[in-house]
Amino acid sequence: MIRTYALLAWTWTRAAAQYPLSFALMTAGGLVVGGLDVAVIWVIFANTGELAGFGLTEVMFLYGASQLAFALADLLFGNVDKISQHIVAGTLDVMLIRPASPFVQVAADRFTPHRLGRSIQAGAVLAAGLAGLDVPLGRVWMVPVMVVSGIVIFAALFTLGGALQFLLTAAPEVANAFTYGGATLTQYPLSVYDTRIVRGMTFALPLAFVNWQPGLYVLGRPDPLGLPSWTGLLSPAAALALAAVAALAWRAGIRRYRSTGS
Amino acid sequence: MIEADRVGRTFTVRRRVVHAVRDLSFRVGAGEFVACLGPNGAGKSTTIKMLTGILTPTSGRVQVAGLDPSRRRTALARRIGVVFGQRTTLWWDLPLRDSLELVRLLYKVDRKVFRERLDEMCDLLDLGGFLATPVRQLSLGQRMRGDITAALLHDPAVLVLDEPTIGLDVVSKAEVRDFLRRLNAERGTTVLLTTHDLGDVERLCRRVLLIDHGRLAFDGTVDGLRATAPGRASIEDVVAELYLRSRTTPRTPPAPRPAPDGPSATA
Amino acid sequence: MPGHGAAVSLYPRLAWYGFRRHATYWAAALAGAFTNTVFGVLRAYVLIALWQARPGLGGYDVAGAITFTFLTQAFIGPMQLFGGGLDLPQRIRTGDVALDLVRPASLQMWCLSEDLGRAAYLFVVRGGPPALVGALLFGIVAPHAPAAFLVSVALGVVVSFGWRYIVALATCWVMDDRGLGVLSMVLTTFFSGLMLPLAIFPGWLGVLSRALPWSAMAQVPADVYLGTADPAPALGFQALWAAVLLALGALMTGAARRKVVIQGG
Repeated sequence: MIRTYALLAWTWTRAAAQYPLSFALMTAGGLVVGGLDVAVIWVIFANTGELAGFGLTEVMFLYGASQLAFALADLLFGNVDKISQHIVAGTLDVMLIRPASPFVQVAADRFTPHRLGRSIQAGAVLAAGLAGLDVPLGRVWMVPVMVVSGIVIFAALFTLGGALQFLLTAAPEVANAFTYGGATLTQYPLSVYDTRIVRGMTFALPLAFVNWQPGLYVLGRPDPLGLPSWTGLLSPAAALALAAVAALAWRAGIRRYRSTGS
Repeated sequence: MIEADRVGRTFTVRRRVVHAVRDLSFRVGAGEFVACLGPNGAGKSTTIKMLTGILTPTSGRVQVAGLDPSRRRTALARRIGVVFGQRTTLWWDLPLRDSLELVRLLYKVDRKVFRERLDEMCDLLDLGGFLATPVRQLSLGQRMRGDITAALLHDPAVLVLDEPTIGLDVVSKAEVRDFLRRLNAERGTTVLLTTHDLGDVERLCRRVLLIDHGRLAFDGTVDGLRATAPGRASIEDVVAELYLRSRTTPRTPPAPRPAPDGPSATA
Repeated sequence: MPGHGAAVSLYPRLAWYGFRRHATYWAAALAGAFTNTVFGVLRAYVLIALWQARPGLGGYDVAGAITFTFLTQAFIGPMQLFGGGLDLPQRIRTGDVALDLVRPASLQMWCLSEDLGRAAYLFVVRGGPPALVGALLFGIVAPHAPAAFLVSVALGVVVSFGWRYIVALATCWVMDDRGLGVLSMVLTTFFSGLMLPLAIFPGWLGVLSRALPWSAMAQVPADVYLGTADPAPALGFQALWAAVLLALGALMTGAARRKVVIQGG
């Protein structure tokens, strides 16, 4: 699986290198797209000292953690939500005649390392946020754990979005509401949102486990909903649970495709 | 090598159940060269998809190279080669050689075997001149030769081709046909192809399967097919008459498949 | 050559075809409306938090900021704020553009007509749901000058087209439109007011961003709706940018025709 993925990713990287100007523009574009989010945060904090109880460095930390996870998940699995294009163009059939998993083939399809630019930008914001925060050593270990959990959660969301497109071939954009919507939702402290939304993101779609619950643990701040401080430590479990659901949904999607031909 | 036993396939199109293929039974032995004919929407593509593991049959049993395609898709992929005339399996922006190298790695073909095989194919299909050309710059005939090479690198026992000569000029057509004939004769590879070009049938196949309305309408030799409509001069007229005879009953619509659109994996 | 009368009826007909063509993709349009609505809700909460910390910021009250959010989300479809909406880059890549350039009609006006039809359809189908959901969930204010607002939206579409047409034609020289598309998307989303109202951009950035063409695509129509901008100068600003971008596009069309005719694509 990993070998096939690496093989295809490397091939696509070389294909992308055939258009050096576009490649450079896309890399720059990725950096600037991420930079735009930072510009928005900067404009907001140019106007206020704190947002929903959180200061600039705390928001940078939360933003950096979720966006680093999202950018890496997008780099590795973002193309899964292009499955409807493959269904429409008939290229999914081509993938099914090869001795490799269609999931790996779709995920690695049109792999573009320029998305790494976005990860570097998010990582820089995360580092800058952490540097300004003075987090005790006893809780810093949670940072890499939350980023990895975040990658798994976002990868699962991309997979769920892809699985959904087996049903909604004509309306693939619905999936964006969950994938890119999830990335946008976690850019800011969840205390910005209505408590009903926060509850939904904690107990139903576990987006609160990307950076909010583990972030509260790292920051040593109490949960506004009153959940215990160790809730954040459950991130890996929440991520694995969502990944299991996504894997089942994907298998159902492929089975449906092979049994309906549409 | 290929066995279809009372195979059926239904689709639900706008809540109506459509029988794309029904009760289809045939056997293709090792080393045979068989053409699958039928008007548009007759169920040829659906049949090919069931034989290659892309689509699961609703009823009946399929065996290809000793495997059930719907259950053992990946294992089957290593034993068969598939060529789609209307879609390429090559990587659009890469030189042909790189696409073939990638196929080698995907199918885990040994480097030495690959080299010998590629040399042989270069010889037979005259690939040498454009191995370094990106696939998007190849002519349709060159691309088809590249696609056939890609499908044969792992030396499959069965080669399935869906309209391999579609859109090719007379010279390219002749080259592809000549190659397929030699492949079948010299290596003993079993070949099953669908086509609308009766030249393919006359020049290549000993046996013809005619599918219409999802059923097997004829299974026999080319001469046998001619005999079904005596007095017709060319094989084209014979087939046209067979198609027209069956017009009295409504035709099955094709499997739902919108038009291709936008850039994608390999096309 | 078609007479003057034929040309007059050609372009409205193209606009009608553009409308009908997009009407066949209603499922995609509704999916887009759904996504735009979800993002509108997320953005609205962030802006509410900001306006709670700084009431009256940028001359908007909280209701005004919420309205601004859902209006600009509703503009994403008709103004194509994320780019695209034209077949041109695809047709340039495949070489089909040569067929378009030999037609006895202006390529630019041809595309503009189709694009206006597209925008009209998406204004209703992709613009309606975010505005409606915003009104139901948070309450949005009524338009200050409805007629001026509709004119402003139409001018915004023309400015948006003028810009996207230039980006699309640039494919003639760059030969791969993806990188250009990203660059255009970045400029458009940030400087149109889609991410935050340009009124709260600090200092020189605020002044600059309000003078650039992208503000005519979202910020200006939203301000005309809210009454935070005088209609006459606002519409004049949009018309000026529309004229400048269309003129630039016409020059590029000439250059593209020479390139295609002389170099064969």
